[in-house]
Amino acid sequence: MSNRLINWYRFASPQAFYPLAGRMIPWFWVLAAVFGVIGLYIGFLVAPTDAQQGEGYRIIFLHVPASWMSMFIYVVMAFWAGLGLAFNFRLSGMMAQALAPTGALFAFLSLWTGALWGKPMWGTWWVWDARLTSELILLFLYVGFIALRSAIDDPRRADNASAVLALVGVVNVPIIYFSVKWWNTLHQGSSVSLTKSPSMATTMLWGMLFCALACWMYAIAVALMRVRTIMLERERNTEWVRAEIARGEAAEA
Amino acid sequence: MIAFVRAIVARDLRLAMRRRSDVVSALFFFIIVVSLFPLGVGPQPELLRTLAPGVLWVAALLATMLSLPRLFADDLRDGTLEQLLLAPQPLGLTVIGKVVAHWLVCGLPLALLAPVLGLQFDLPADGLKTLTLSLLIGTPALSGIGAIGAALTLGVRGSGVLLSLLVLPLYIPVLIFGAGAVDAVATGMASDAHLSLLGALALGGVFFAPWPTAAALRIALE
Repeated sequence: MSNRLINWYRFASPQAFYPLAGRMIPWFWVLAAVFGVIGLYIGFLVAPTDAQQGEGYRIIFLHVPASWMSMFIYVVMAFWAGLGLAFNFRLSGMMAQALAPTGALFAFLSLWTGALWGKPMWGTWWVWDARLTSELILLFLYVGFIALRSAIDDPRRADNASAVLALVGVVNVPIIYFSVKWWNTLHQGSSVSLTKSPSMATTMLWGMLFCALACWMYAIAVALMRVRTIMLERERNTEWVRAEIARGEAAEA
Repeated sequence: MIAFVRAIVARDLRLAMRRRSDVVSALFFFIIVVSLFPLGVGPQPELLRTLAPGVLWVAALLATMLSLPRLFADDLRDGTLEQLLLAPQPLGLTVIGKVVAHWLVCGLPLALLAPVLGLQFDLPADGLKTLTLSLLIGTPALSGIGAIGAALTLGVRGSGVLLSLLVLPLYIPVLIFGAGAVDAVATGMASDAHLSLLGALALGGVFFAPWPTAAALRIALE
């Protein structure tokens, strides 16, 4: 048991995590590709045409996983940020920094695919529905996080300050979500709602699950690649990074 | 403890009174932004009455946001903030004192000014009353949440724009319930639910904001 604990702490240092991440990245790419192919195969070829929405509904296989990931990544990011703030792990801030652009990308994708889906189904690119609005605000929170990070030059201070912001944001997300929901129901009559989806065929659900897994694996792979770059950049004055770069140059030559 | 908070409030108020132009310019910003809307959308009373709650509340958010950098920046520049960090009293109390002073200088005048501007938008009497009440209840939350953003962007380059990016998304619930209260009265419903939620946000904001603000101040000065 104690042995295992030591091992975990070992990977909290960038020097130990860098090669581990390098070994894991190809696996996550492979998994992402496999899940993606299965999910898209089910989504486009197996799943039946929707009775009400026709073929257009198939954008769900990207839309729903992207929405899930955008919310999930924010929580993970806040978790890493909080861990970094509490224990001063160097790696935590780097992980939070690496996750933020991927989360923002998924939030944007979710809005974009939602607009593409909304145009044929509801006849409009955008409605001020509770879910759409809170997803938009989530994108704003990501943008604020990234902007605060990049405005501070000292990486330690950037880590800590953006960690405080991420934690404040994660407390606020449920408040924002419910306020938007109540605001919407108080103001508008019952417009089109995403929540009352028709009971879904099992094959559609499977396709969506596989696509979600593919997005998840993609997010991990990209975050690990980004964290490796961040590590090299931040630790560029240490011995192990110099050795790593020398090794890379030797391999190229 | 109370004496310490009171001392901080008194100090900040005195400083604000010595430099009245800062306070007044935020108020005039509020007036000008609100007055731009009738010029932009046209003077039809029907339209203005519908727009009034949202416009007044958004303008109040922006005016509060403009006055936020003053909260800590001046104290950082002359070294007072470091002394306050070293003081034996908890930093959270200092933050509470500063938030209270900020509200007295910014939120309270906005709330008192709002009914006059509401008249320009042809709001009826009970609408004006609710507007003032909602601003009185809601602006402490703005000061509290804003203090977090002000502390996070302290001494950061481009802090003004950055502050708006951080703080405005967090202001959304306050805006929704504040403007919602006035809207509810305008459509003949009771505004109690909105005002209660607004009160909850204000209490929560002022109560919880000192911790992240204090943490952010320590990070900024370490």
